[in-house]
Amino acid sequence: MNSDYINIALADDDEDDRFFFTEAFDELKLKSKVLLFKDGIELMEYLNDSDNMLPSLLFLDLNMPKKSGLECLKDIKATKRLSDMVIAIYSTSASEEDIENTFVKGANVYIKKPNDFEKLKKVLSEVVTTNWQYHTSGLNKDNFLLRL
Amino acid sequence: MKLLLKFDFTKVCNAVLKQKLQAHQLKFRQTAFGEIELIDKASEEQLKVFYDDINSFGIEVIEDPKKIVIQKIKDVIVDMVFNERDIQVKTSVYLAEQLEENYNYLSNLFSEVTYTSIENFIILQKIEYTKILLTSEELSLTEIAFKLSYSSVAHLSKQFKNTTGITPSAFQRIIAKRKQIN
Repeated sequence: MNSDYINIALADDDEDDRFFFTEAFDELKLKSKVLLFKDGIELMEYLNDSDNMLPSLLFLDLNMPKKSGLECLKDIKATKRLSDMVIAIYSTSASEEDIENTFVKGANVYIKKPNDFEKLKKVLSEVVTTNWQYHTSGLNKDNFLLRL
Repeated sequence: MKLLLKFDFTKVCNAVLKQKLQAHQLKFRQTAFGEIELIDKASEEQLKVFYDDINSFGIEVIEDPKKIVIQKIKDVIVDMVFNERDIQVKTSVYLAEQLEENYNYLSNLFSEVTYTSIENFIILQKIEYTKILLTSEELSLTEIAFKLSYSSVAHLSKQFKNTTGITPSAFQRIIAKRKQIN
């Protein structure tokens, strides 16, 4: 990872959650660049513009106004140019069935938003390092499922 | 019509590399897995074209000496897990022998560069191989535990859950459902 930055994006309508997310990455001292989006529409506009650099790791909140995380996930998986991105669902609690459903629809990671900042840092660092292993060790991304 | 494929990773990699080298008319000698020696001098331009071509096949030429050692460690581990090597000694001893280096040195270097430990990397690879065996060969977890020399199914099952956050059967179910959709 040393010389390269990881490009990360988060789409979340909650301002506090966006703040803690960026703070966590700052403190983790991973070489990362974090892009933020307030809702699904804003996110998809960015992703669909082929001039923009795509994040390698996208965190999606499920409950967003205008366009939900699940709708974004569907659109992303249906677009060839975007289908290589690793998708982490970043959400408050959901039923077992909902969680499994996001995996079936193509999500790689499911994170239940932790309440405490230290936990958040730990969880995000685990996602990034696991993602890094898939990226650098030639592992099959189709088999990348992680629940935290 | 659906076909399930099984890959011999070492063979695939070597075959692709050989084809590419021949296509670029580079004479070579293979010295080890992931290591070749070019017999004639190649121009920088020629090498650049070659690098670009193999890059698109997921092959990269490593230049940083630390990265070379890391890559060798990874190659030995992947070979050990995916080719089901029957190793009689401890993994640390095996790695030290294969790389002809002190294990502590290897272990520290690995953690420094990759953000994970050799131990974790081995577990990750074993779990990845388990995933492949579960989904493409449809082996049972008991068979896999035996194949990968786990002391018990429970141990493998627990390690799977700890590493991925989901159980082996949930994993199987998700991948099967995904296949149905596509």
